[in-house]
Amino acid sequence: MNAEPVISLVNAVLFVLIAPLVGGLIAGIDRKVTARMQGRVGPPVLQPFYDVGKLFEKENMVVTVTQHFYVLSYLVFMVVAGALFFSGGDMLLVIFAFTLSHIFLVLGAYASYSPYSHIGAERELIQIIAYEPMIIFTAVGMYMVTQSFNVSAIVNSGIPIILYLPGVFIGYLIVLTIKLRKSPFDLSTSHHAHQEIVKGVTTDFSGSNLGKIEIAHWYEYVFLLGVVYLFFGFNPVLAVAAIIIAYFLEILIDNTISRVKWQLTLRSAWLIAGTLGIVNLGVLYYLKGVIMP
Amino acid sequence: MNDLLFLIGFPVIIALLMLLVKDKIRNYIVIISALALGIASLYLLITYFNKNTVFFDISFEPATNIMFIIEILLAVYILYLGIKFKKYFTVALILLQAGLLVFLEMGLISGIHPVNNLFLDQFSIIMAMIIGVIGSLICVYALGYMETYHTRHTDIKDRRKLFFFILFIFLSAMFGVVFSNNLMWIFFFWEITTICSFVLIGYSRTPEATNNAFLALSMNLLGGVAFTAALIYIAIMDPSGRLFELDSLISSGYALAIVPAVLICFAGITKAALMPFSSWLVGAMVAPTPVSALLHSSTMVKAGVYIIVRFAPVLALTTEGFIIALVGAITFLLASGIAISQSNAKKVLAYSTIANLGLIVACAGVGTYNLMWVAILLIIFHAIAKSLLFLCVGTVENRIGSKNIEDMGGLIVRMPKIAMMMFIGMAGMFLAPFGMVISKWAAIEAFITAPYGLIFIAILAFGGSFTVFYWSKWMGKIISVMRHQEVVEDTVKKEKWAVLYILTALVVGVCLAFPLISTYLIEPFIMNIYGVTTGLSQANFAIMIMMICLLLIMPFSMLFYRTGSKHVSPYMGGRTTEGEMKFSGTFGTMRELSLSNYYMEKYFGEDKVFYIGTLLCWGLLLIAGIILAGVIL
Repeated sequence: MNAEPVISLVNAVLFVLIAPLVGGLIAGIDRKVTARMQGRVGPPVLQPFYDVGKLFEKENMVVTVTQHFYVLSYLVFMVVAGALFFSGGDMLLVIFAFTLSHIFLVLGAYASYSPYSHIGAERELIQIIAYEPMIIFTAVGMYMVTQSFNVSAIVNSGIPIILYLPGVFIGYLIVLTIKLRKSPFDLSTSHHAHQEIVKGVTTDFSGSNLGKIEIAHWYEYVFLLGVVYLFFGFNPVLAVAAIIIAYFLEILIDNTISRVKWQLTLRSAWLIAGTLGIVNLGVLYYLKGVIMP
Repeated sequence: MNDLLFLIGFPVIIALLMLLVKDKIRNYIVIISALALGIASLYLLITYFNKNTVFFDISFEPATNIMFIIEILLAVYILYLGIKFKKYFTVALILLQAGLLVFLEMGLISGIHPVNNLFLDQFSIIMAMIIGVIGSLICVYALGYMETYHTRHTDIKDRRKLFFFILFIFLSAMFGVVFSNNLMWIFFFWEITTICSFVLIGYSRTPEATNNAFLALSMNLLGGVAFTAALIYIAIMDPSGRLFELDSLISSGYALAIVPAVLICFAGITKAALMPFSSWLVGAMVAPTPVSALLHSSTMVKAGVYIIVRFAPVLALTTEGFIIALVGAITFLLASGIAISQSNAKKVLAYSTIANLGLIVACAGVGTYNLMWVAILLIIFHAIAKSLLFLCVGTVENRIGSKNIEDMGGLIVRMPKIAMMMFIGMAGMFLAPFGMVISKWAAIEAFITAPYGLIFIAILAFGGSFTVFYWSKWMGKIISVMRHQEVVEDTVKKEKWAVLYILTALVVGVCLAFPLISTYLIEPFIMNIYGVTTGLSQANFAIMIMMICLLLIMPFSMLFYRTGSKHVSPYMGGRTTEGEMKFSGTFGTMRELSLSNYYMEKYFGEDKVFYIGTLLCWGLLLIAGIILAGVIL
C-alpha cells in the first residue's frame, strides 16, 4: 500500500544525484551545437564539467559574505523544486519553490551594489514576472485536462495533453527561452560573450559561488525539460523526441534572433500568455462538458 | 458572555483613563491593558474554539437606545465639523444617513425584540485574536513612536491623550463588530470605526491631513448610507425583527437576503478601500505610522472584509456575488500594478493592502466553501505581516527621516535587526512557503472548480507576478551592502523592540501553526456553514513545513562562511574607484555611485491605472445596482 511514497522518495534522490550530470551534458551538447551553427568546432562535450570543476578550485572572493548565503539558497531551493517535481508533487508548489529559488539569485545580485549586477537583478526580476503567469497557466491547463495538480497523476493519466493544450505549449516554449537564458530573451545574463551589462546578475559572483550557480542552472535544465515531457507523457518515446526537438528549436532561435529590450520581452511574454494561454484554457473550459469524460 | 462584554467594555474604560493620564503612567496602563486584551482573547480561543456557534441572549432595548443617542450625537459632531471645514458633500451624506437612521429607529423598529444579539464562532474568535493581539501590540508600539513623533514634529500640537483615547475606542468597536449578531449593533460599531479613523487620520490637523480625513469619512459614510438602507429594507420586509440577526439573515435564502447582502457588501467595499474607493486608504498614510498599521492590519479595512466574508454564503454562485468578486479581482490586479510604480514605502504598503483586500473580496464574492477558507487564511496572514511591515517602516522613518524606498539602500548595514524583520515580513507577503503564497496557491486550486473561475485565475497569475516584482526590488534595496555606513538602530526603544520581535515571531509561527489553525478553527467553521470542508492535503502540509524549516536553517550557513573569503570591491567596469562608492568620471571629477530601482511609470503610473480601475469598478457597481433595483421591484 505504501509503495508510492517510497517511489517518490527514490525519484527525488535520483533527481538530486543524476540531474546535474544530465544538465551538464545538455549544456555541453548545447555549446557544441551552437558552435556548429556558428561555423566553429566548439569545446568538448564535457567542457561544462571542466569549467565548473575549475571554478571550485579558485580563490574565494566576495563583495559581501551574504552572497554565499543567497547563492547556496538559490541552489538548495532549485534542487527542492526539481526534487518535488520528480517525486510527483503538487505542480503549483513546485512553481512557488522555483520562484523562491530565483528570488534568492536576484537578492544575491542586489547584495553586491555593483551597477552591472544591479541592472542584471532588475532585469532578472522582469524576466520572472514575464514568465510567471504563463507557467501558472501551464499548471492550470494540466489540471483542466487531468483533474490533478500532482505531477505523478498528470504523467500517469495517459492523456495526450499536448492535443488539448497546444497554445499553452507554445507559451511554455517562450518560458523555456527565457529560462534557458536564450536570445532574444537573455537580458539579465547570457551564455554569449556579447552582453551590454557584462555578466548581469552573475557579474559579482566568482569561484565556487559561480560554480554553484552553474550547477543550479543544470538542475533547472532538467526540471524545465521535465515539464515538456508532461505534455507528451502518454508516449515516452515521443516525449523524449519532443524534448530534443524543443531544445534544438531553442538553440536555433538563440542563434538567429538578436536580443530585445526588456519592454518587448515583457510585452511579448505577456501577450502570448494573455492570448494563446488564456484562449487555450478558455476553449478547454468551454468544451469541458463536451469532450471530457 | 462576560468575556465578550469584557473585550468590548474594557478598552472603553482604558480609553477614558487615557484622557486623564500622561507620560509614564500612560505607558504602564497601555502595556498592562495590552497584556490584558491579549490574554483575554487567548482565553476566548481556549474556551470556545471547540464550541462552534454560541449565541448570547442579551437584552436589546437599553443598549440599542444608548447606541442611537451616541449615533445622533456623533452625527451632530460631524455636521459641525463638516460645516466648519466647508465639506458640504460630507454634510449632505451625514444628513442623509442621520435622516434614514431616525426614520428607521422611530418609525420601523419599535416593538421588535431580537434575542441573540451577541454571538461567537470560530471566525469571530480568529478576528478577536487579530484585534486583541495585533491591535494591542500596535498600541504599545505607538507609545514610543508618538514620543519621537512629537520631538521631531514640534509644529504639531501634542494631542496624545485624544490619540490613545481613540485607539482604544477603536479596538472596542472592532470587538463589537465581530461579536455582534444584531445588524443594528454591527452598524453602530461600524460607524464608530469610521469616526475613529476620521479623527486619527486628521491627527496632525495639517490641511492635507484634514482633507484626507474628510475623504475617508465621506467614502465611509457612503457605505454607511448603504448599510442604513439595508437595515431599512430588512425592517420593512420582516416586521418581526428576526432578520436583524445576522445568522437568520444569512440562512434565510437568496430571495430575502440578497438585497441587504449586496448593500452591506457595498459598505464593506468602501470600508475595505477597494477601487473605486481606494484613495481614502492611500490618503490615510498622512497619519502617524501606528495609525496606518492599525487601519491596515487589525481594524477598519478588516471590518470591511469581515462582513463580506460573512455574507459569502448568500453571495455564492449569484450574479451579484460574481460582480462583487470581480470588483475585488480588478482591485487586486490594478493595485498590485500601481505598487510597482511607487517609491514611497508607506504607499507601497497601502497599495499592497488594497490588493490583498481585493483578493479576499474576490474569494468571498465567488463564495464557494474552499474560497471562504482561502479568504479567512488571507485575513490572518495579511494582518500579521502587514502590521510588522508598517511598524518596521515607522521605525526606519523615525531613524533615517525618510520613508522613501530609495533611501533605504544598505539598511541591512545601518539597521541590521530592523532590516531582517522587514525581510521576514516581506517574505511573509510573497514568498513560498509563507502565508500569503499558501493562500494564493489554495486560491488557484479553489477558483479552478468555481464557475468562471478561469477569469480569476488569470487575474491572480498576472497580479501575483506584479506582487513578486515590487516586493523583490524593495527587498533588494534593503539588503544591498554598502560599506562605510554606521549602525543607527541602537536608539530604538525597548518596548518597540518587544513588539517587533513578537510580530516577527508571529509571521513565522503562524505559518508553522497553520495546520492547527486550519483544522481547529477554519475547517469546523466552513463545515458548519456549507456542510463540506476543505484543507491542504497532509503531504503538502509536510512539504511546506519542511520548506519553512529549511528556510530557517539556511541563514546559519553564514556561520560556516564567516572566514576564508577575500573581500573585493563591486565590479565597476574597470573604472578607477576610490573607496567603495566613488569612481572617476569625465574631467577627473570623482562621482558617487548611486543605484535606483525600476518603477515603470509608463506602464503602471498611479493616475492612469487608478483612473482605469475607477471606471471599471464604478461600472461594475452600477450593474450590481441595476440588478438590485430589479430584484426590489
